[in-house]
Amino acid sequence: MPAFDLSTTSIRALNEALHGTGEPLKDRRFEVRNPRGSHAVAVGCRDQITVAVHGPVGYYCGGMNAAATITVHGSAGPGVGENMMSGSIVVEGDASQYAGATGRGGLLVIKGNAASRCGISMKGIDIVVGGSVGHMSAFMGQSGHLVVLGDAGDALGDSLYEAQLFVRGKVKSLGADCIEKEMRGKHHATLEQLLSKAGMRGADPSQFRRYGSARKLYTFNIDNADAY
Amino acid sequence: MCGIVGLFLKDRKLEGELGALTAEMLVTMTDRGPDSAGIAVYGAAIPGFVKVTVQSDMPARAFAALDALARTAAGDAATVTIKDSHAVITIAADRIEPLRVALTGAPEPLRIMSVGETMEIYKETGLPKDVVSRFGIGTMAGTHAIGHTRMATESAVTTLGAHPFSTGADQCLVHNGSLSNHNNLRRELRRLGIAFETENDSEVAAAHLTARMRDGRNLGEALTDALGNLDGFFTFVVGTRTGFGVLRDPIACKPAVMAETSRYVAFGSEYRALSGLPGIETARIWEPEPAAVYFWDRDGSTGDKMLAA
Repeated sequence: MPAFDLSTTSIRALNEALHGTGEPLKDRRFEVRNPRGSHAVAVGCRDQITVAVHGPVGYYCGGMNAAATITVHGSAGPGVGENMMSGSIVVEGDASQYAGATGRGGLLVIKGNAASRCGISMKGIDIVVGGSVGHMSAFMGQSGHLVVLGDAGDALGDSLYEAQLFVRGKVKSLGADCIEKEMRGKHHATLEQLLSKAGMRGADPSQFRRYGSARKLYTFNIDNADAY
Repeated sequence: MCGIVGLFLKDRKLEGELGALTAEMLVTMTDRGPDSAGIAVYGAAIPGFVKVTVQSDMPARAFAALDALARTAAGDAATVTIKDSHAVITIAADRIEPLRVALTGAPEPLRIMSVGETMEIYKETGLPKDVVSRFGIGTMAGTHAIGHTRMATESAVTTLGAHPFSTGADQCLVHNGSLSNHNNLRRELRRLGIAFETENDSEVAAAHLTARMRDGRNLGEALTDALGNLDGFFTFVVGTRTGFGVLRDPIACKPAVMAETSRYVAFGSEYRALSGLPGIETARIWEPEPAAVYFWDRDGSTGDKMLAA
């Protein structure tokens, strides 16, 4: 299994190897050591490879991920999994701001807490957070799911489109046009599946509340016609 | 962008390494701010004396007669230590005003960077690695230090536009962000008798804290007031003679990460800045909350941490 020590190897050399640039990929499993907060670790992986990163990473780890399974044995800086398309990223520690921002698909699991703007402008990604999320999480979320086992900060789901939010703990406040919705059978099943995929054993779907868009902000209201 | 680093030591055994540790932290943040760099170092106090750190763009000429100027203004006990473009003048505590007058009237322009019992501020344009080597930061000892690497947005790339800003004895502030109501606040603070050296927004934040502490508030209370009065984006790290504080605005876009062990409290704009600290692998690491005041004081009288309501 190829191993990269980022105290002696550049990020570019690592990412070129993960992308199979130059020579085609022979190995499917990679180890990365001593990231020491480096930016852009394992971004843009297009192949079904497994990357284990041992230590904390900085900005944009796993960004644009298309097929890889990435595990960070440490914490992640801002924008982990930003715009990921598919595949999965697991962060064993905490994640900083805008984890999973604009993500279009795949699964992002943060076992610790995520800071502000988790899942901002999400477009199909599934995000499961074992701890709590900060303010403005799922801001303008368009589709996909955000599951929070802990609490959510201020203005959860502000200006939400059709992303679905599940929170087990307390929600400090809901953002504009975000409301609590009924947990029906199909939501229960979706949540159960997400928790299982994320390996969050012991979390009972019936303990969660569901939040979604009131659909008053992003759809045209005929009563406002006179305003134009 | 901009990069901030800060290190507040709890374990006295680390004091000899303060300069080396913070110099490395600062250089790590070069790509966040390559325009200028600066650092405030809180070293040892000499009872009855204060340190006045001055800067000149033409140190060879300006510092030639500095020793004589200092002795004339502040008596024979005055000493001058020159470090590149900066000089630290150590004088009896009651001689600050005569020295200030003499410095203002000096034939070559001299800028006062800082005044304090323990604090010295060094800042210049250029890359952080050059700034720390010019001033020999790596060999300095002390209790706490706060540094900044600047990517200029609000005002020019000059020595005076570099951080940290100091508007009161032993007080300094570094800032990542931009304030939107600094012109109005500057007018109000000028009416209270606070002098400004620049048009920089961050200097206004420093002065705001100085004004509050002058009114008897402690650092934590002054930071809480700042949340109500400053409008804009900010992550601040501030130092006083015995204290170390951190404040982020309610939106908290500007990055911040903190680490605490039994030996120190550290701040970095990114984890990279903290990665070389001793024992970082087992430190408690967290992202400071938006609109929450964090401060530590080695006097202990004000508590080691307070969260704003």
